[in-house]
Amino acid sequence: MISRHSDLPLKGDATSRYMPWLVALMVFLSAVAVASAFAIQTVMTRWDHDVSGTLTVQVTPVPGDGGEALTEDRVRAAIDVMERTHGVTAVHALDKRQMMALLEPWLGSTDVVEDLPLPRLIDVTLDPDAHVDLAEAGERLSRTVPGASLDDHRIWLSRLIDLSRTIQWLAVGIVVLIGAVTSATVVYATRTGMAVHREVIEVLHLIGAQDDYIARQFADRAFALGFGGGLMGLALAVPVLTAIGWAARRMEGGFLPHLSLPLVGFIAIGLLPAAAALVAMVTARSTVHGTLARLP
Amino acid sequence: MRHRPSGENIIGFESVGLRYGLGSEVLQDVSFVMPAGSFHFLTGASGAGKSSLLRLMFLGLRPTRGRVVLFDKDIAQTRRYELPALRRRIGVVFQDFRLLDHLSILDNVALPLRVRGVKETEIKKHVPELLAWVGLAEHLHAKPPTLSGGQKQRVAIARAVIGRPELLLADEPTGNVDDHIAMRLMYLFEELNKLGTTIVVATHNEQLVTRFSHHPRLHIGHGIVRKVSP
Ligand SMILES: Nc1ncnc2c1ncn2[C@@H]1O[C@H](COP(=O)(O)OP(=O)(O)OP(=O)(O)O)[C@@H](O)[C@H]1O
Ligand SMILES: [Mg+2]
Repeated sequence: MISRHSDLPLKGDATSRYMPWLVALMVFLSAVAVASAFAIQTVMTRWDHDVSGTLTVQVTPVPGDGGEALTEDRVRAAIDVMERTHGVTAVHALDKRQMMALLEPWLGSTDVVEDLPLPRLIDVTLDPDAHVDLAEAGERLSRTVPGASLDDHRIWLSRLIDLSRTIQWLAVGIVVLIGAVTSATVVYATRTGMAVHREVIEVLHLIGAQDDYIARQFADRAFALGFGGGLMGLALAVPVLTAIGWAARRMEGGFLPHLSLPLVGFIAIGLLPAAAALVAMVTARSTVHGTLARLP
Repeated sequence: MRHRPSGENIIGFESVGLRYGLGSEVLQDVSFVMPAGSFHFLTGASGAGKSSLLRLMFLGLRPTRGRVVLFDKDIAQTRRYELPALRRRIGVVFQDFRLLDHLSILDNVALPLRVRGVKETEIKKHVPELLAWVGLAEHLHAKPPTLSGGQKQRVAIARAVIGRPELLLADEPTGNVDDHIAMRLMYLFEELNKLGTTIVVATHNEQLVTRFSHHPRLHIGHGIVRKVSP
């Protein structure tokens, strides 16, 4: 397809010099956007998996003298209530040391926070198969134990997932936009090429060439340039994405789940050069048809 | 070859006028018919409008007024997509050759076949044959800029006839060649004419017209075309 016969001297055009680089850049950016979208998908799935099945009970500390003992009583009462709730498999109060360990990455030295009136947290594990009425459980807990409340992870999780989904759509939008920009560049390049080769095109017409005979030559050329540029962009994107993935793996502190690209992600990125070539080909072809149709 | 029975008209002009842009009319009120299978000379002084008249015939221009009928089709009513099919029935030798400088003469002459989708094996067979016939067997892979004027002219003629057109329009086809080759080319045209091709040769070579005076001639002067019978 790429080496089909061509009468137009398109190989020497300026387009041949800048188009591959431009497409390379576009494919590179698309690859980053696609990789982000898929990485977010993976993260979302893991959050979902990690957090469903766990709840947190929060007990506000009682201030003043003897407050600590009272808080301790309330924690014990809350554990009691939760243990008796249907569908709960394990209840585990975090002690002060565990709390400090959790906070350390954010607040630094634990000495500073030692005296802060921190809420006490209780991890509640649910039987994943049991249907638990969380609203009822929460209400009962607040009624029985003053200062205790049930914090459903799923609420903030769903917000996080919403946000992630927005970012995914944004990535899709970016890829579409990149496609449009590539397409617009091909339109411009094709029109320029047609102006440069006006005389050759006229001769071809006069000896009986159909518009498509001419359009096909521009389309073949655009496909070759788009594919070549796309492969360059891919060659650039692969090491960069690998490096980002590696850096993210080193950085993640338990909060970010393991960053990785699923197989479909690899396939999608691998298909980008072909997609760019197709966009270029279709655009060039329709540009030639459109331009020729306007001739007298 | 699709050749119609002679007697039917292949070209008809009715009160055709032509002007370029806002200039005065190059052709005024031109009316004539050419029967299929005929051989016409087109004469007139330099600048009289011979090339312009041919341009109207090969659909390179549309008339400013009047009616041009080609192969029984009113050109004013043909759509753009119908033009290639009509043009494939016409072979043109342009006065300025219009060869594609970046292609070898083999590829130049192959063009009319390629646009028709003829197989490469056919092309590889017929094109060198024809080029050998016009004396260019040694130059198959040369590019036009390296050829002499006469050689280019023969390439242009080869390209015009390779597709076996029903109508051959030749604009000064012997302008750059010596007498010997001129005669050879004229005999080629006569041969094609005998096979049924309608031929129009524009020239201001009076000698040539006299030598082939058995063919009718159309003379353009002052924008008017008149028929000079043999
Ligand atoms: N593209 C054009 N734009 C404007 N005027 C043109 C154009 N082509 C030809 N003319 C004018 O039309 C007139 C006829 O030109 P044409 O080329 O048809 O003459 P010709 O008979 O072929 O001359 P020659 O024997 O020198 O080839 C000339 O006056 C010329 O200046
Ligand atoms: Mg002329």
